[in-house]
Amino acid sequence: MNSSPALTFTERGIYCAAGDFHIDPWRPVARALITHGHADHARSGHGHYLATHAALPVMRHRLGDIDAQGIAFGETIRIGDASVSFHPAGHVPGSAQIRVEVGREVWVASGDYKTEPDGLSEPFEPLKCHHFITESTFGLPVFRWQAQTHVAAQINAWWAKCAAEGKTAFLGAYALGKAQRLLSMLDPEIGPILTHGAVEATNAVLRQQGLPLPDTLGVTPETDHKAQKGALVLAPPSALGSAWARKFGPQETAFVSGWMQLRGVRRRRAGDRGFVISDHADWNGLLTAIKETGAENIYVTHGYTEIFTRYLNENGWHAQVVPTEFEGESLDAEGSE
Amino acid sequence: MIRFAALFNTIDQSTKTNAKVAALADYFDSAPDEDRMWTMALFSGRRPKRAVTTTKLREWAAETADIPLWLFEESYPIVGDLAETIALVLPLSETTNDDSLTQWITRLRDASQTDDAARKAFVLVAWETLGGTERFVFNKLITGGFRMGVSQKLMTRALSKATGKAEAELAHRLMGNWHPDHTSWHALIEADDAAVDASRPYPFYLAYALEGPPDALGAPENWRAEWKWDGIRGQLILRDGQHFVWSRGEELMTDRFPELARSVDFLPPGTVLDGELLVWHPHSDSPASFNALQKRIGRKTVPKKLLADAPVVLHAYDLLEWQGEDLRDAPFAERRKILEELCAPLPVAAPVRLSPQLEFTKWDELADLRDVARDENAEGIMLKRSDSPYLVGRKKGDWWKWKLAPLTIDAVMIYAQAGHGRRANLFTDFTFAVWDGNELVPFAKAYSGLTDAEFREITKWVRKNTLQRFGPVRQVTPHHVFEIAFEGIQASPRHKSGVALRFPRMSRWRQDKPLQEANTLEDLNDMLRIYG
Repeated sequence: MNSSPALTFTERGIYCAAGDFHIDPWRPVARALITHGHADHARSGHGHYLATHAALPVMRHRLGDIDAQGIAFGETIRIGDASVSFHPAGHVPGSAQIRVEVGREVWVASGDYKTEPDGLSEPFEPLKCHHFITESTFGLPVFRWQAQTHVAAQINAWWAKCAAEGKTAFLGAYALGKAQRLLSMLDPEIGPILTHGAVEATNAVLRQQGLPLPDTLGVTPETDHKAQKGALVLAPPSALGSAWARKFGPQETAFVSGWMQLRGVRRRRAGDRGFVISDHADWNGLLTAIKETGAENIYVTHGYTEIFTRYLNENGWHAQVVPTEFEGESLDAEGSE
Repeated sequence: MIRFAALFNTIDQSTKTNAKVAALADYFDSAPDEDRMWTMALFSGRRPKRAVTTTKLREWAAETADIPLWLFEESYPIVGDLAETIALVLPLSETTNDDSLTQWITRLRDASQTDDAARKAFVLVAWETLGGTERFVFNKLITGGFRMGVSQKLMTRALSKATGKAEAELAHRLMGNWHPDHTSWHALIEADDAAVDASRPYPFYLAYALEGPPDALGAPENWRAEWKWDGIRGQLILRDGQHFVWSRGEELMTDRFPELARSVDFLPPGTVLDGELLVWHPHSDSPASFNALQKRIGRKTVPKKLLADAPVVLHAYDLLEWQGEDLRDAPFAERRKILEELCAPLPVAAPVRLSPQLEFTKWDELADLRDVARDENAEGIMLKRSDSPYLVGRKKGDWWKWKLAPLTIDAVMIYAQAGHGRRANLFTDFTFAVWDGNELVPFAKAYSGLTDAEFREITKWVRKNTLQRFGPVRQVTPHHVFEIAFEGIQASPRHKSGVALRFPRMSRWRQDKPLQEANTLEDLNDMLRIYG
């Protein structure tokens, strides 16, 4: 085994000396490999980008004119002395874990991930490796997600109740990933599904690459707000309760996030309701993913890093915290998720 | 329990008062008597005696969840609630038991009479047969405290809706020492001749804070002013030859302030006074600071020496009952007049004194008085409309507190820690320092005063500017200056800076102020000399 590791953690991000590239760097670099299109992983200003074919359209939509190359899931390419391949992370459509092999040493940088299939994203693929870089956004045993179908039933019941009471149901969710996942969970029989411009723009990009999304109606200045009986509106959290939203008349608002698991956060941020859905792995998901890699060395990048690392070390892994600028699931309007 | 849990969920999920009132009223209208009694009891802070220690609960929960105890303990502050943490770490299950709230409470009390093994067996079965909110509610019954946005006011509104009785009457009925074990729904709520318990206090009337000058209140001659004392609000009840002292938080404090026992020697039965409990030495011109009173708070029995060092008197400012008659509907001026006559003959040795009124004819004169309030150890001025009745709860219009501007100092943030509960995902707890030469000396912690947007902004910044981590605490680059507001300052050898602040909070984020211009330890010591 090499004396210097294949991947190191630098001020700019995760770095591979053998291939002279960075993974999800937070400062401008010449060559960036990107796990997925969320703002804390895909930043502007890099010389050259490499991402999956499925992740690139959204990245171009968000970052504008970038010098980028696409790669298929499972395809291996050579960069310098490193072999690199991208594998599904199950976080959002197109999101990847990046596998890097140098000499005989295998590293996997998983970016953000979840192990439960959401019906839309390419399902998480466990990869064998020696070194695994993981998030721990929800790395506490209090975070355990219910099955998606269970929460879908809760959301649809709430929507149907709003519709019956003559209220518009506002669902706050991020434009990329969460919004589309929710779309696939909603029951279109209840009423029309309307979308905020930011959500609709991302929908258009994803539809164009062939993602099966139900019909939605983008809200425009011409929309007749009073005519949308029993509608559900999908909007970024920042739009909830805004002047834009108030035009729809009587309404209830709900927020969808893993943080809604905590009653305190729910009461502070949820509006009328909070539903627990996250695109990040829960406690069991994180531990299962780590076990399946067979890796001995675990690097914890963001979330409840200290606690999670201590638990891993007590259970036989060599785990350490590595400071990064990834943000995990945020409750902010401008958040990255 | 399912019915109570559903009520809990509806209230907990709603931010709208009307929806909460409707859900509660519906429950009060239809639930069995014992369950509605217990519901009222739980929502007003009366709870069954703790059957299991929280230490045991934590051990059993960690064991059942198959996680190490330390991991449970680390999760608890992040969730912010013990009952919730337990409910969340246990294996997921569905509720299969539908015994009533009262049945569960009875069983819980039975369990408290048994040994540890039987208690554990009882709790584990409860966790297994209760899921979701029911499990959380069960844990709450043990750990206590249903703080969930059901104020006394909201509950009386719901009760009024369910029973058709006036809110003010219900508020009075619900005050005092009742408990589901000793009274019934009928006796407490319905009975016309409800024998008024001698100890039952009146609901307190609370003032709103006055923002800006009092000119907006109209002609000064319609108003009365007095010092706003920095003590504990208390109600002294003299009935049937007994006396009772109640706090604003509806806590019976009679035994904590034995000095007041002598009031029965000076005042007739059928008298109820509203006033401020203060430490006031017999020959002093002003009360001792809140710090002195603090030594008395929380002591259920008072040693003789402390009684001599920190003697408490009630400074009376209102009269609610006189000769057994409820006076609350009479105008303040009238109540005050009787109060003055009542207090005039009291000797110095009496534990009750009249809280004086401030003379003024123009608002400007009152503003001048307010400026010297700190010299009187008062925290501002109270304004009461002369013709106002004594209302229930916090009502705008007749009573105002015109507080002093707080003391402030500009300080540098040096440590940050994530919040818990509702702020689990943000950095909200900060340590602040002032300059001592080239060194920054920590002197206060604060965690309130910023907007959500500001907390989000500072959270992002903390993530990028962490120098070192000590467990959950992050040392950050000294960069941001905040204005820290506080109510008082005193010497404290336990703190590195040598001072302790009362109620520090962030009043402003001084983005305009460079690091070097933050205040110094010398500035802080100057404040200690003046205000300490």
